[in-house]
Parts: sequence; structure tokens; C-alpha cells
Amino acid sequence: MNLVATAAVLDDDPPLLSVRGLGKSYGGALGCRAVSFDLWPGEVLGIVGESGSGKSTLLNCLSGQVAADAGEILYRDRMGATADFLTLPEPKRRALLRGEWGLVHQNPRDGLRLRVSAGANIGERLMAQGARHYGDIRAEATGWLSRVEIDTARTDDLPIRFSGGMQQRLQIARTLVTGPRLVFMDEPTGGLDVSVQARLLDLIRGLVDELGAACVIVTHDLAVARLLAHRLMVMKGGEVVEAGLTDQVLDDPHHPYTQLLVSSVLQV
Amino acid sequence: MNAPDTGYNFAYLDEQTKRMIRRAILKAVAVPGYQVPFAGREMPLPYGWGTGGIQVTAAVIGADDTLKVIDQGADDTTNAVSIRRFFQRTAGVATTTETEKATLIQTRHRIPEARLGEHQILVYQVPIPEPLRWMEARESETRKMHALAEYGVMHVRLYEDIAHMGRIVKSYDYPVRVNGRYIMAPSPIPKFDNPKMDRMPALQLFGAGREKRIYAVPPYTRVESLDFEDHPFEIQTWSEGCALCGATDSYLDEVVTDDRGGRMMVCSDTDHCDKRRAAGHSGPMAAPYGETPR
Repeated sequence: MNLVATAAVLDDDPPLLSVRGLGKSYGGALGCRAVSFDLWPGEVLGIVGESGSGKSTLLNCLSGQVAADAGEILYRDRMGATADFLTLPEPKRRALLRGEWGLVHQNPRDGLRLRVSAGANIGERLMAQGARHYGDIRAEATGWLSRVEIDTARTDDLPIRFSGGMQQRLQIARTLVTGPRLVFMDEPTGGLDVSVQARLLDLIRGLVDELGAACVIVTHDLAVARLLAHRLMVMKGGEVVEAGLTDQVLDDPHHPYTQLLVSSVLQV
Repeated sequence: MNAPDTGYNFAYLDEQTKRMIRRAILKAVAVPGYQVPFAGREMPLPYGWGTGGIQVTAAVIGADDTLKVIDQGADDTTNAVSIRRFFQRTAGVATTTETEKATLIQTRHRIPEARLGEHQILVYQVPIPEPLRWMEARESETRKMHALAEYGVMHVRLYEDIAHMGRIVKSYDYPVRVNGRYIMAPSPIPKFDNPKMDRMPALQLFGAGREKRIYAVPPYTRVESLDFEDHPFEIQTWSEGCALCGATDSYLDEVVTDDRGGRMMVCSDTDHCDKRRAAGHSGPMAAPYGETPR
């Protein structure tokens, strides 16, 4: 299973993100260990595994929410310079998280400002980047609301009045408005009913494709992984046990754990 | 006039405390708009009555100073009267209601209409010193945002105003950027007063007693009010002038005069109004000057 070689066939460009030997332990308890992978522009990487397998820890380390103990996260920025995210000074790290990177939380309430309107939620990242023209910000906000299929008549409503699915779509719009090059999603469809999930998946697929953003999606739902991810990493006990092209991993699982995972999916 | 009380150090605070506060003030002046923590003392009046302003005043006041205290522009309201009396009794300093004669002015909610000069210090009482508080509740996070000048969220608040009301309705404590760097809460002064802070010749000191923060704007420092390109900063305007002195360029308070809808607009700066009336200006509801005390 030579992941790096497989992916390199897809693209001759250097990777956008190179993770090497990433590890995190909570006191004595293992979070994740020796995780390495490459991610190319426009590529969607799915991370699957059961609860407690370390996938959220991995995503939190990657997105700077938890400090990793070991390894490096090499990111090639818009200017083409590569730097280790873990050793980057904090101002630069925060600037990256505000602009070139985006994070979609599992619970939209973590990623939204619930006490300001939907329009302001979308506009915030623009204003953080220096947008100072109200009309432009508003036009961008309403444009994004229609892209994520929210009625623009609700631009000035508080997200707290939105349904769970709408909140999640709003969070996605808020994250993607600055055109990030790298998006992290933690169970983006968790907690939504099946029909809403399907539409959201469609939407995410369309937007990621349109923007050409690279994407790391954590999910425990293999169907979500099948639909969205180009490549898949299977985690168990904090380590990556199998990785490869999504169809390859799901149709021909090698590791016993992956075989178990694939065979335990309910067939309707 | 009250005789100074005995048994207290000059201006109530002990010398070591004054020294600590002066150090904080020096740092605040050196970093305009930056909130300097200080070890605020318990003062003989409740939080919210100006404990921060009083401590700053006590630390900078000298025996030859002339003190003016205003509350909402007026020299004769409870807060102003009790603070003025406090310093009369504990410091024995001269006091005045005339803006021009004062060397030290402690204020709550207003900047005097008369232009202040280099020889004057303006001390503000501040209830909430943190302009980011409304958007971010964590102090650790707001400090980081100040340190890294991450001020995008300040505009989210203004955006909300325009989205809901069609214009920026925030009318007091209107956030400003000091010297092109720190965002600062100017205390609950009306935004009408914001332009006066810009490049003011007088030193401006801000004291927040409950939150234990001191910040400052040195003389002639740039102070800009935040806005959008297509919704520029505006100050309040009135369709009429002051009912007593006829001023059209001062901040007006609405005073209800009866229970049948009668009302009048008068200058909130009582000294400004008095001076104008003494100089012969008159508004539509004014009795001849000198016949009725205000």
C-alpha cells in the first residue's frame, strides 16, 4: 500500500499538504500515532474509523485546535512557500486558519455565531480579511446563501432560528466564502436526517469541485466517504491501518479491521 | 465650601498606590489605546459610580490643579457633585464648573463642547473597557485578538446594525481605532463626541474600576471611528437648536416638561449653555439670562 506513489500518479505538482509522523497522546492515553499522508490540490481525503479510533484527534491536530506532540504538517501556501504548520508563529497560524484554511465543525453551533444574522456570519471572514464595503459584503453573503440553497429572504435572520440542516449549510457557506484552499470537515452530515444528508453531500461535492479546494473529511459513515472522498484512510487505535483510493479500499479491503468495517454496513 | 478632611492622605489614595497607578498610566500613554491592567483599589463609592476615573484622577491630581467633574455633561448631577466634593475634602483642590479654567476634568458620558488645550487632562469613567467583549466573551481570546490586531469582528457588529436598521445605529461607546493600531472603547460618550477625541491637544486617560484597566490617548493622537466605505461614520444631528441658548452645534438632551407631550431640547453641556446665554445668545424657550437659575 504505497499511498504516496498512488497519489503522485494523479498529479505531478508537489502536494498541498504533507503530514509526516503526526502523533498526539493525552497523558498516557493514545490519541493518534505516526500518521503520514500527502494531499494534493482539489483532492478529497476521507478518514474513517470507529469511535475512539483517533480520527477526530487527527483532524483537531491538523486544524490547529489541539497541539500535536510529534511530527510535522508541511503546508504549501498560495505563494508557493512550504512551512511546518506546527512551528509556524501563532499570528501566521491564525491568519492561515482565517483565510486559506477552513474548518467545518460537526456541530454547526461550534462554527457559527448564533447571535448575529446569517449574512454577518458569512461576512465575518471577509471582514476579517479587510473587506470594508457593506454592499459588497452583503452581495457576497446573499450569493453564498443561494449557493447553499438557503432562501435569501432569511439573510438577516439569526442562525438559531434555522433548522439543523440549514445551520450546517450556513456553516459551510461561512467557511467557503473566502475561497479556502484546504478545508477540514468533521462529520459534516452527522446528526442530520437522511434526505437532508443526501442534499448536503451533493452540495459539498459540488462546491468542493467548483472551488478546487482540497478537503479532509472525517466520518464514520462509509457511504459519505464513498460519495465524497477520492482517497480513504482507515484508522484504528490511533493508527492508520489502511489507505488508498476509496473504491479500492471499500471494494477490496485488505486489513481485517477494514473488512469488518465494510461488512458491518447495513444493507437496505 | 467644605474644608479638607484630616486623617487622609492627599487625594485619599496612599502614595504607593498612586505610584502604581501612575506606572500604569505611563505605560498606557506609551501604548495608545492598549488596556493596562492595574491593581484597582476599593474606593468609598460603589462600582459603576466612577471608581476607575476617581483612582486615575487621584493619581494625577496636584495641589495646584483646578478640578471640574461632569456627568452627562452637567456639573450639578449627583455623580458629579459627589466626586467633586470627594476631592475638595480629600485633596483640598480648587474646583470649577468652567471648562476653560479647569486643568483636570473628570467626565462620565461626555466630552465638553469647548475645545480642550494642552494644559488640560480629561479623565473618563469607563464601565466596560473591552470593545471586543460583545463578540468574544473570553478574556484570553480578546487579549490575543488585540495583540494580533484581529479586528474583523468589530465590523460584524456594525454590519448587523446596517442589515437590520439600514444604518449604523450604535450611538454611544462607538468603537475607535487609536493611532492606527488598537481598537478602543471610548466609554459611553455619544458618538457625537468621537471626532473631538481625534488629535485632541489634551491628554485623555480612561479608568475602569471594576475591570481594573487603564488606557490612554496621548495629545494629538489619531482617533478614527470604525465604519464602512459605503456607510461612513456620522454623528447625531438635531432639527432644532438648544431651547435655552439656541446652539446648533452642541449635543442636545431631550427634557420632558409636562405630562402632555411637552418637551424641550437643551445642551447637555451645562457650562457651554451658560456661557452662551451669558454672551447674549438665546433660544426659543429661554427666560432672560440671570432671572431663572438653571
